Amino acid sequence: MTPAELSTVLWSRVTGVPHGLPSTIDTVVFNVRGPRIVAAILVGAALAAAGAAYQGLFRNPLVSPDILGVSTGAALGAVTGIYLSLGVVAIQSLAFVVGLGAVAVVYATGAALRRHDPILILVLAGIVIGTLLGSCVSLLKYLADPYNQLPAITFWLLGSLASVTIGDLKAVTPSVVLGLVPLVLLRWRMNVMTLGEDEARALGVDTRRLRLVVIAAATLMTAGVVSISGVVGWIGLLVPHLARFLVGPDFRRLLPVSILLGAGYLLGVDTLARTMARIEIPLGVLTAFIGAPFFIWVLAASRRGWQ
Amino acid sequence: MSARGAVRLSVERLAFGYPGRVVGRDVSFGLAAGQVLCLLGPNGSGKTTLFRTLLRLLEPEAGAVRVDGATIAAWPRRRIARVFGYVPQAQLGTFPFTALEVVLMGRTAHVALFGSPSAHDRRQAEAALDALGIAHLADRPYPEMSGGERQLALVARALAQEPSILVMDEPTASLDFGNQVRVLSHVQALAQRGIAVVLSTHDPDQAFLCADQVALLHEGRLARLGPPAEVITPATLREVYGVDVDVITITREGRAVRVCLPSLARSAG
Repeated sequence: MTPAELSTVLWSRVTGVPHGLPSTIDTVVFNVRGPRIVAAILVGAALAAAGAAYQGLFRNPLVSPDILGVSTGAALGAVTGIYLSLGVVAIQSLAFVVGLGAVAVVYATGAALRRHDPILILVLAGIVIGTLLGSCVSLLKYLADPYNQLPAITFWLLGSLASVTIGDLKAVTPSVVLGLVPLVLLRWRMNVMTLGEDEARALGVDTRRLRLVVIAAATLMTAGVVSISGVVGWIGLLVPHLARFLVGPDFRRLLPVSILLGAGYLLGVDTLARTMARIEIPLGVLTAFIGAPFFIWVLAASRRGWQ
Repeated sequence: MSARGAVRLSVERLAFGYPGRVVGRDVSFGLAAGQVLCLLGPNGSGKTTLFRTLLRLLEPEAGAVRVDGATIAAWPRRRIARVFGYVPQAQLGTFPFTALEVVLMGRTAHVALFGSPSAHDRRQAEAALDALGIAHLADRPYPEMSGGERQLALVARALAQEPSILVMDEPTASLDFGNQVRVLSHVQALAQRGIAVVLSTHDPDQAFLCADQVALLHEGRLARLGPPAEVITPATLREVYGVDVDVITITREGRAVRVCLPSLARSAG
């Protein structure tokens, strides 16, 4: 397909005038490549935004959106669905719901154990419950049918955008938008949160309520995109670093730049995953292969983004 | 940043501590606008816990904190932050915000929940940096500043908050001698603007220099409260710190000034 054909097809979709090209081109653009490109942008943007929010909220540049167990929860939901031989929509819904549920349990545990340092308690509860859910995933893998289910489980856990449909995008976009809106609105308060509990409160921030809203927003986004892409690691950790390296820690700039970089990064990586070899390379593997050396370079090149 | 009306801070029989562990009790004092109260006390006497309770970062175990006679027990955080400025002990911070950004965060209580600081807020932050003589550091990343510069930036942040009461937790700790004197002269200047200042320190000489009242906290109770000359005496310092000190009066520019002179030989015995 040439760029001219692509623009003809897109233009005809906008204007409604038939283009006279073979209908297979339509299928490729709107059902195969199109959804995949949009999905890469959506997933990359959401994971990077959630990562930027969490790194500020937890005052730790090593935090990723998985810290409170959303990905592990989603993985358990999806793996359960595959194990029970459910349909695609049911698997995705289970991933979404169990991902949200895992974070809700972590948050409730943290609130019940309220001590001097609510952040530390939350992170510890996240680690404990994440490990527990991870063990459940392992158990299901052990029990799963090794010829049909196990490959599907492994494929899901490594992440892929190969089978994303327009329906998936329609289902997931609201949760990403709903998650992004509070982060954009609270952009200035997010800066103050990085000062820590006491100082943020002394400066007039209701930290408990803000933390709940930000965790809910980031979890909604992450659970949404992970339910269609599987577990794609590294983006939520790496992209906010790169963004901070470029524009500094002010969340008012950090958030939009993280979103753009996250979208661009996953789009690039997914294109590589699709074209590098005769078979699809799992996204989670590729983001790590590219991400790990890149991350080390960012750390070496700057003391601005992390100190 | 004009001086405000005479907001008066009163602390009534305050008991403070953590759930299940009372650190101090029966602490009462009052402070008029423009006054400086200096809180002295040995390590572990509960100074920071008392300050966190004043700001309602900890809920009091008993008693009340009142501003202009009204208890702050039910005030939302934002309202507290518009009255109380807080200068904590300087920490490094996790992310490399610039000094100006850090000071701008002091404006948060004046910024709408979903808003961002306005041009007016920015001018207030710049004015606060300027008032502390660190306007030239505006673009310096906070973690790359020296301890003294960071402390001054935190005072500027509290100033940008436009508080009528300023709570400073050991603002001179870990500063070199020059910066200690600089911070104290800023404390005096802030009081002259009509701000009521409560600060803690380990150095009784600082209380002689800038305090209208001294509160001596010992084992969670106010051992003494009053003007510096009455509270800081060899007897009280002996009682609270367990060391021997002479309080000497000297004359500077025609005014009597008191200083503490510890005696090492007698304290060792």
